[in-house]
Amino acid sequence: MIASSPFSASRLVAASAPLLAFVVALPVLIIVASVFGADSGATWGHLWRTVLADYVVNSLILMLGVGTLTLILGVPAAWYTAVCEFPGRRLFIWLLPLPLALPAYIIAYTYTGLLDYPGPVQTFIRDVTGWGREDYWFPPIRSLGGAIVMLGLVLYPYVFLLARASFLERSAATLEVSRTLGYGVRRSFFRLAIPLARPAIATGVSLALMETLADYGTVQYFGVSTFTTGIFRTFYGFDDITAASQFSTVLLLFVVLLIFMERYSRRRARYDTGGRPARYENRIRLSRGQAIWAWVSCMLPVVLGFILPGAVLLKWALVDAAWGGASFLALIWNSIYLAALAAVIALACALVLGYARRNSNTKLVRVSLGVSGLGYAIPGAIVAIGVIVPLAWIDHRLIDLAKSLTGEQIGLVLSGSIVALLFAYTVRFLAISLGAVQNGLDKIKPSLDYATRSLGRRPIQVLAEIHVPLMRSTVLTALLIVFVDVMKELPATLILRPFDFNTLAVRAYELASDERLADAAAPSIMIVLVGVLPVIVLSRTISRGHAGQD
Amino acid sequence: MRTKLIRFIAFTATLALLSSVLVAPSVLSAEDGETVNIYSARKEALILPILERFQEETGIEFHLVTGKADALLKRLQLEGEATPADVFITVDAGRLHRAKEAGVLQTIGSETIDAAVPAHLRDADGYWVALSKRARTIMYANGRVDPAALSTYEGLTDPMWEGRICIRSSGNIYNQSLVASMIEANGAEQAEAWAKGMVANFARPPAGGDTDQLRAAAAGECDIAVANTYYFGRLAASAKEEDQAVAAVLTAFWPNQSEGERGVHVNVSGVGITAHAQNRDTAIRLIEFLVSPEAQAWYAEVNHEYPVVPGVPASETLESFGAFAEDTLNLTALGANNRQAVELMDRAGWR
Repeated sequence: MIASSPFSASRLVAASAPLLAFVVALPVLIIVASVFGADSGATWGHLWRTVLADYVVNSLILMLGVGTLTLILGVPAAWYTAVCEFPGRRLFIWLLPLPLALPAYIIAYTYTGLLDYPGPVQTFIRDVTGWGREDYWFPPIRSLGGAIVMLGLVLYPYVFLLARASFLERSAATLEVSRTLGYGVRRSFFRLAIPLARPAIATGVSLALMETLADYGTVQYFGVSTFTTGIFRTFYGFDDITAASQFSTVLLLFVVLLIFMERYSRRRARYDTGGRPARYENRIRLSRGQAIWAWVSCMLPVVLGFILPGAVLLKWALVDAAWGGASFLALIWNSIYLAALAAVIALACALVLGYARRNSNTKLVRVSLGVSGLGYAIPGAIVAIGVIVPLAWIDHRLIDLAKSLTGEQIGLVLSGSIVALLFAYTVRFLAISLGAVQNGLDKIKPSLDYATRSLGRRPIQVLAEIHVPLMRSTVLTALLIVFVDVMKELPATLILRPFDFNTLAVRAYELASDERLADAAAPSIMIVLVGVLPVIVLSRTISRGHAGQD
Repeated sequence: MRTKLIRFIAFTATLALLSSVLVAPSVLSAEDGETVNIYSARKEALILPILERFQEETGIEFHLVTGKADALLKRLQLEGEATPADVFITVDAGRLHRAKEAGVLQTIGSETIDAAVPAHLRDADGYWVALSKRARTIMYANGRVDPAALSTYEGLTDPMWEGRICIRSSGNIYNQSLVASMIEANGAEQAEAWAKGMVANFARPPAGGDTDQLRAAAAGECDIAVANTYYFGRLAASAKEEDQAVAAVLTAFWPNQSEGERGVHVNVSGVGITAHAQNRDTAIRLIEFLVSPEAQAWYAEVNHEYPVVPGVPASETLESFGAFAEDTLNLTALGANNRQAVELMDRAGWR
């Protein structure tokens, strides 16, 4: 079994994988370990009698709602842009992923400004009709429903991107078959494309749901109490770290269950494609009525998820903003280089873990992979605490060492440096890079490695000549998603950053939490602008990577 | 193809190198020259200008991290004696108390500071001192509310206000401290009954910040908002017409003013020196500067908070709200009652 791989370095990779996974999982493990801390019975008793049921029910509804909405928004749009031909299709391919660049809390600010009782929409209704507050009903934006819509609008691109890639890749041949069977557009969609794309769609939805579980900014702003609210309340309000860890652990178990269910549901299915890259020379031409549907399906997410909130932000920044603030250049630079570094580090870790599994698929390696992705579902503020604990421990050992060697007092080395930030980002977002890398590696059949080796190529040549080109789009995908996520990341950045160091997200948050939404618009727009470019490259990569090199 | 791989590796290596260079400054923070390192829960926009002024006047260099109060406190705790922070600035007496209890502060012990700031605005044991005051009071919509009907915080639970009150969620520390002060004044049972009465009178489920409550009251979603004075002051002094329009239709009402009543609930932003400060002297000089008449006047003017140093005038906008008697309860009580306040609001269904 040792010779199951052509790489001589494979054993090194396999050996280092559990170590790496341990380091990445350490903050999560620390949180889980505090479950058995001081007695938290009093806190739980109080929560149980008062708010716990609300937290659980709200979280479940939120997940159900966001899951459904990302499907409704993501899948039809992916289908239409992948296999049908209608005017504007190419434009929509670019536009549809853009909401990914918008942090959920920022889109929540814009919609609140727009739809709240004092906002322009309701004021207009009142002015026109002369109604007072008792005379009409308007859906309250600050509600569980509002939170579902906000999160759904910025998270559907995960489903869209992955579903579209899957449609492009798999349905070329199947579609031809379905046509010979006489299936119409709708029937091939429901009978063939959807079932075949299920793993990709499930991955997209589970990414969206994990982000939903970790979200604090949006639900807190809307006053919706979820499980995450509970973590913060016990941690800060009651200063009860044990109860907060227990909360987080329950959240984790839930995520593990979710992942397990998703894997189990497709246990018997095999989804390899033939070696031939799919091409779409002949997309389905839509009738006028069908084209209108396609248009609506694609236009709606773009307008609601990007154009409308973007316009509100622009208006705030250009018309309403009062405080320009310090130079944006430093903020932009800090945001970009942190995000870029984090993306590279997460990718490097993901490659080590991914290759470890490919080359020696032992139980230890599989467990390593499993635990290293857990940080994705844990709120950033909690991950940050899990990061400070081990780094501060190392720092204190270093300080003792320096004292005994030189007699001098040194300061903290790791905590309060960007090392702490990068560590936290890796813990938080490794699941994304890992998912992408595993998907990419799964598509390179081991037989290809053997074939190349048998032609006399050295392992490094196999890597360079086969894997690098085949993995290009995978690697880029992993880099870009993490980049955009780190750009948007707030809570961990806020807690862990060094002195005199700010990012765009921090600036936007500070102004918004000081209730200066208009002033927060400018940094928010910067986040979106910096994020949009990678998102566009991302969607191009994914469609190219799957549709052949045309 | 191989060049691509090599290029990728080179790129990664460069980035890693770059990062280690960028990390270095934080390692070498203990250089010569006088410095003071600050953890601040006050936002950068509210604190940076005055710190720059301090640096100009004294030549003492400062380094700043802003963040959420509770998170910065946790960071201080975990960093322990190696913490680089000398000074911890935060809002709300409840949090200052929490910091003191957590053992991350030391006594300040400056006669200058004690002479400048009245005793009830300092920690009883000398661990922290207030920098500015804000009142959490009742704002009513002109025309829709007869001010004669308003009297006290307690009076807001009267059925006549059913469906007319806007206030933010119980997760917010300002509300927690308000309820904590009511526990101190009326006892926990009364305070819980009050919280229930408030919930019954909410115009809408609590959401958003204080400014949102004011906007909602101005727009007619409710008739009364409970909010901190500086939010109101900021709207009133805003350059934007839209903000001024909100302030114009609202009036600040000072509750609990009659003979024998405790006065308006006030809270503070404050500062303490960290237990393991390495620059204690510069830290003290910074705090002395912050309670100097000049700094107090600037703070009051820019931020629409009440100065803590007697004799320093409040901003014109604040003065226009009128004078009031404040609750002189020692602010330490707010911290001590915090958990009880959170629990009873949970029980009252104040989300």
